[in-house]
Amino acid sequence: MKTDDLIALLAAGEGPVPRHAVCRRMAVAVLGGLTAALLLTVALYGVRSDITEVAQTPLFWGKVAFPTSLALIGLWLTSRLARPGGKGAAGWKMLGLPLLLVWCGAAVSIAGAPVDARADLLFGRTWRTCALNITLLSVPAFVTVFWALKGLAPTRLRQAGAAGGLLAGSTATVAYCLHCPEMGVPFWGVWYVLGMLVPTAFGAWWGPRMLRW
Amino acid sequence: MQRTNSQDELEAREARLKALLLRGLTGDQLAYQDFLGTLALHVRAFLRSRLSRRPAEIEDMVQDVLLAVHNARHTYQAQQPLTAWVHAIARYKLADHLRSVSRREARHDVLDDDAQLFAISEVESAEASRDLTKLLKQLPERQRLPIVHVKLEGLSVEETAQLTGLSSSAVKVGIHRGLKALSRLIGGANNHED
Repeated sequence: MKTDDLIALLAAGEGPVPRHAVCRRMAVAVLGGLTAALLLTVALYGVRSDITEVAQTPLFWGKVAFPTSLALIGLWLTSRLARPGGKGAAGWKMLGLPLLLVWCGAAVSIAGAPVDARADLLFGRTWRTCALNITLLSVPAFVTVFWALKGLAPTRLRQAGAAGGLLAGSTATVAYCLHCPEMGVPFWGVWYVLGMLVPTAFGAWWGPRMLRW
Repeated sequence: MQRTNSQDELEAREARLKALLLRGLTGDQLAYQDFLGTLALHVRAFLRSRLSRRPAEIEDMVQDVLLAVHNARHTYQAQQPLTAWVHAIARYKLADHLRSVSRREARHDVLDDDAQLFAISEVESAEASRDLTKLLKQLPERQRLPIVHVKLEGLSVEETAQLTGLSSSAVKVGIHRGLKALSRLIGGANNHED
């Protein structure tokens, strides 16, 4: 086929292209993934019984703010990396801020606690299951975010996959806050981070295979 | 002085191409065809300097990049420089191609050298060695028929819908998915011999 014929073929019968394709796809992916994670949290783990009381404490909202801020950065990163030539450098550095805040909070909280209470702050009662639960809850968001990326045109596939995994993991963690009874900052700094790291690492591994176009 | 001139010329070229693409994205087919035609010249020149040792592959790659630009056109934002966007696509497709070539060569070293000897003489301008119409035949009906009727025979989406019994939106989706599948087939055809 001659290139001119291909060009005629590509242009033939094309109507207007919907605008804001990246934003719309990402919005659908995040809302779908978040809804599914919330439903799964309620169905599999149940909402913590003291949710109304705890929702009046700033500590609870600090806990929600941690994965929420990571999800917003993840969304920004994924949307950028979904376009040809999109770079992520500044976004990856931005992740350091919420992480640093939580780790500083964790250090202060551990330093201020009596020695025999420290292990409890770090491990709580659910450290065995926390990261696993978050990973499981991130599956629907992972699927929707990768569906969105697949319909766009990332050119840095490993970074785009990692950003998509981070977005899925942090969205799942926001939903998991409905259930998770742990209120120790060191606990979030370790087990939440680990739970989000699993889909992120998986996305980085899978991106170059899955997102090729 | 000369640098300023060529800089001005580049900017004018960018502005002209961008205007054509933006008109194309609102549904102006002539502007879109003009955009792809002008783009092909630049892409060919870009690839010629990077594939100088494999001239037979240049036109295949030009078509590959044009198809990729078409499939990714919904990700272009008007405020973004067009050059950067196109360049990223061309570089991505070229890197993908070179990776599969080097993998292939690593395994079939001798065979490939023989094949290249024959390839050199038959470089016909603007004709790709790979026939897209043949690849088209590998697509499933619901993607192939919409492409054949709308894109090759020039029927409207509604006429194609009546002819094939698909809904209008299924025809549009079929074209969209079919062209993406075609682009993957090109990449897959390269990888197939791994």
